Amino acid sequence: MTLSVRDLTVQFGGVAALGGVSFDVRPGSITSLIGPNGAGKTTAFNAITGYLRPSRGRVSYGDAVLTFQKTSVFPTLSVLDNVLTGLHLRGRAEVWSVLAARRRVRAEESALRREAETIVAFVGLAHRRRDVASALPYGEQRLVELGVALAARPSILLLDEPAAGMTGAEKDVIGGLIRSIRDRGVTVLLVEHDMRVVMGLSDTVIVLDHGAVIAEGTPAVVQSHPDVIRAYLGTGRAED
Amino acid sequence: MRRAAGILLALAALTLPLWIANAYFLHVVIMAGIFGVLASSLNLLLGYTGQLSLGHAAFFGIGAYASALLTLRWEWSFWLALPAAVLAAGIAGWAIGRLALKLRGAYFVLVTISFAGVIALISINWMDLTNGPLGLPGVPAPELGPWSLRTKSAYYYLVLAAVALAYEVCRRLVDSRIGRAFVALRENEALAESVGVDGTRYLVLAAVVSAGLAGLAGSLYAHYTRFVSPEVFLFTYTVTMVIMVVAGGKGTLAGPLVGAVLFTVLPEALRAATSWQWQMLAYGLILVVLVFFLPRGIVPTFFR
Repeated sequence: MTLSVRDLTVQFGGVAALGGVSFDVRPGSITSLIGPNGAGKTTAFNAITGYLRPSRGRVSYGDAVLTFQKTSVFPTLSVLDNVLTGLHLRGRAEVWSVLAARRRVRAEESALRREAETIVAFVGLAHRRRDVASALPYGEQRLVELGVALAARPSILLLDEPAAGMTGAEKDVIGGLIRSIRDRGVTVLLVEHDMRVVMGLSDTVIVLDHGAVIAEGTPAVVQSHPDVIRAYLGTGRAED
Repeated sequence: MRRAAGILLALAALTLPLWIANAYFLHVVIMAGIFGVLASSLNLLLGYTGQLSLGHAAFFGIGAYASALLTLRWEWSFWLALPAAVLAAGIAGWAIGRLALKLRGAYFVLVTISFAGVIALISINWMDLTNGPLGLPGVPAPELGPWSLRTKSAYYYLVLAAVALAYEVCRRLVDSRIGRAFVALRENEALAESVGVDGTRYLVLAAVVSAGLAGLAGSLYAHYTRFVSPEVFLFTYTVTMVIMVVAGGKGTLAGPLVGAVLFTVLPEALRAATSWQWQMLAYGLILVVLVFFLPRGIVPTFFR
């Protein structure tokens, strides 16, 4: 399914944070939304996820309703239990079956646990599965967040600055992981500051400036686009 | 190792009346068991969902009065009155949960305190039903076929079965997606709801099960002491429960049971050891030392 954004407008009082932004996110692609500070990236992200009510415009993703998932962890739970909690809607056991139908509940629990183990391994935290989430370094906590998000088996993942605050090595890990997620057929929309991450990862880059789309295309096309260069640097190359 | 310890503990519990001949000691153990059920019930709310019920004695009292009234006034069998008491307390838990858990936190605390106050007033003033401050004497001891469970040894086994039942109910809930939902709500409610946990629904469920178990403890208490009065609603009961849960280790299955044994035995031991002026001082000091040195509680500190 294509995520379609049409004429998205968000106004705060008299200030237009977004002025009629339109773009499509191709299924199975990694699309990044970038722009200088104050360009409207996070406003667009929040309006797309439904966290912010737009003044005008429409966001559609087939007939689906986009749900906003908070990105943080359950601090005192282990990595595995964080992901298991993310699988909550996949379980069916209710109070009577939990108390009385032990065999069925045990079978369901084993299946959920196996799936959680797979997800934990996929995000590269198998060696940390028993560790308490809050005791992990920041970068690994973000991987736990991704694990919790993936537990819902999303067909599209919207990530707000997934590499923020990470070391170079951690950025490489999360970049590789996002690519693997895309390779599994999940559409990814990123809002990211780090140009090295964006240019190395994206299939399509959409550049916002002053609440409007000024360029859209492959990383190579966008990097050499004169409006992008002007927006970021005034002159020269579009580097952060 | 843990399994062997569990087997030893179970064996000790099953043979306890054989090696504790003293009726007074057995009485203390029975009371510890009843408080164990009560503390486990509070732990489900306080320890797992993070919601503090400061009116938990109300559910205990409702269980005690329901069971006493059904057996005294309508001559029900104890074995029918017991589940009815659980049901009555559970329904009260549902009502309070529906009313207060939409707001959570401090509002829930306030509503539970008020609820306990209202129920206590009803028990004092509805003379026709509850006999007011005079209470209900002569609550019958349970009978099992031709046997009466009037003796302390027999009642001990009934309470032991109730402790095992309460423990198993809590364990099954906690080890399931329901328990994970409880903990998720305590840890990060916004994230929990974003992964599909219906906050109000699960908190009400915790309140119902918690109140039902408190009702079970209330029924056991009524048929053990053979007397129920408005004193069962005293705030000190709730405070004692909170101390048991927090000192034993909230959010653990064994913690409330350890806390119940410790804080039932401790006042009795202090009573034997010192004059009453020093008892409360020593009790308070021990509590402060426990909270200061073992802030997570006994079980999480020593057994994890």
